Amino acid sequence: MDIRYWNKDVETADVQKIRHLQLQRLKSIIASALKTPFYSRRLPSVGINSPDDIKTLDDLRRIPFTMKDDLRQNYPKGLLSVDTSEVVRIHTSSGTTGIPTVIYLSAKDLDAATDIMARSITATGAGRTDILQNMMSYGLFTGGLCMHYGAERVGLMVIPAAGGNTKRQVSLMNDFRTTVLHITPSYLLHIHSKLAEYGVKVGDLALKKAFIGAEPHSEGTRRKIEELFKIDAYNSYGLSEMNGPGVAFECVYKNDLHLWEDAYIVEIINPKTGQLVPDGQEGEVVLTNLIRHAMPLMRYRTRDLAFLHIEPCKCGRTHRRLSRILGRSDDMLIINGVNMFPSQIEEVVMKIPEVGNNYQICVEKDGALDRLIVKVELYSKMFLGEAKQIDNLKSKIGEELKASITIKPAIELHEPGSLPAFEGKAVRVVDTRPKL
Amino acid sequence: MKIKQISIFLENRKGRLYDVCSLLGKNDINIRALNVAETESFGILRIVVNKPDVAIKVFKDADIVAKITDVIAIEVDDRPGGLADILKVLADEDVNIEYMYGFVEKSSDRALMVFRFDDVDKAAAILKKHNIRIVTEQSVREL
Ligand SMILES: [Zn+2]
Repeated sequence: MDIRYWNKDVETADVQKIRHLQLQRLKSIIASALKTPFYSRRLPSVGINSPDDIKTLDDLRRIPFTMKDDLRQNYPKGLLSVDTSEVVRIHTSSGTTGIPTVIYLSAKDLDAATDIMARSITATGAGRTDILQNMMSYGLFTGGLCMHYGAERVGLMVIPAAGGNTKRQVSLMNDFRTTVLHITPSYLLHIHSKLAEYGVKVGDLALKKAFIGAEPHSEGTRRKIEELFKIDAYNSYGLSEMNGPGVAFECVYKNDLHLWEDAYIVEIINPKTGQLVPDGQEGEVVLTNLIRHAMPLMRYRTRDLAFLHIEPCKCGRTHRRLSRILGRSDDMLIINGVNMFPSQIEEVVMKIPEVGNNYQICVEKDGALDRLIVKVELYSKMFLGEAKQIDNLKSKIGEELKASITIKPAIELHEPGSLPAFEGKAVRVVDTRPKL
Repeated sequence: MKIKQISIFLENRKGRLYDVCSLLGKNDINIRALNVAETESFGILRIVVNKPDVAIKVFKDADIVAKITDVIAIEVDDRPGGLADILKVLADEDVNIEYMYGFVEKSSDRALMVFRFDDVDKAAAILKKHNIRIVTEQSVREL
């Protein structure tokens, strides 16, 4: 097995050394946090007024969890610790009800995040001779740019293809002899279903690896991808709030994801009680970012459900491995790698006067891709009697949803009373995709 | 001059058209003209009935989405080119037809057609000018 390290000392450091590093970095993050409007109120309320109030890593648990809603309520600058002149990059992601969340990176933060990304890429065995086609969207979303920076640092040749335009993607793969893809698993499967149409065979391409992430997927999906493309597929975990991909990544053994513990403190909690669960047990992933000072974030509830492996990995890395994501502890939907909440859809459709009382969100598989259908009832008083009006209304709802959730769902209009009513336990989301 | 058409919004569900028609039958309402504009996911049923005001109430009580719109019913000579003559007049006068459909029954030797115009009043005036016979609400009721 070709085991490569980006930073062998840190990656194979013994547990004591990692914990010591975590404590030092946590103190430093506390110092930055105390400069933010948000944590400068929250930390003193639990008796933390200076980094010296943190004596051991256990003191971390005195700090209350930070929720996505905290980020939303403190948008845009409540968690910023420095003047914006110190900031070199922001990323935003959509919030539960339309207010986005934002992260800020200083030059030093970006450098540290890039280094962690470089470490993740190297752990898969990819290196300078590889050609990476980065098919995650660039822009406000962290997925594209953060991988891009990490890959450049390792020295791969990067094709910043971003998402979409499947035919062009395949041409790029073919023309530039792409060896590594960064992509969502559903899109990769979709591409396979299109190859015949483009007259391209898997054997014509030079693919060796894929970094698959941004949406939970099963071991079966990974195997399917590996068999169809004759490649190795590595699971990637990250979230915008923690700088995007590269929080945890699989090594060449592809036996779940090393979570880089010098950069993140991971806790697994019972989402109902907030208590730590015993090692190896499934719970919600809670992360503290140790490498971002412009916008500190501590004990952030990711809402992702997973567990930590206790056994060491054959690659020699000492950083514990996170299981693949097993689900969510909230109602967030991930549609073709795009995150959204049912509440965002509700907010849009209920504002439209022609829409009646009820709505339903349906998610299904359409080939390899996910398909989102938003069903709404027509408000009878607003009906003008013409098919044209209904068509216009459907496109209007589609456009307004796209502005909020970034993808355009199929819209179905129904007669009043035909969808499950609001009262009681109405099933608002019907997700018929196969379970992981 | 103008007559009342009822437009009904129907989702594409088996038996929905039957539901609407049987509801009219039960309430002793006769359909004089009928047309369905169908798309992939919904349909608009357009009907002209003998008792439009009763029908709209029946629909409302049954939670069926219905709306009265104004249309014009025209008597068309039942001979080759009869409809074409009328369409030519309308085209020459620059009247835009949104859609048209036929009545179920005929009145003597003339066919009855329902026309929906984007400007109903303008269309009515032009038809009158060209002596094209317009069916009144009264005669629809008595058909
Ligand atoms: Zn390993």
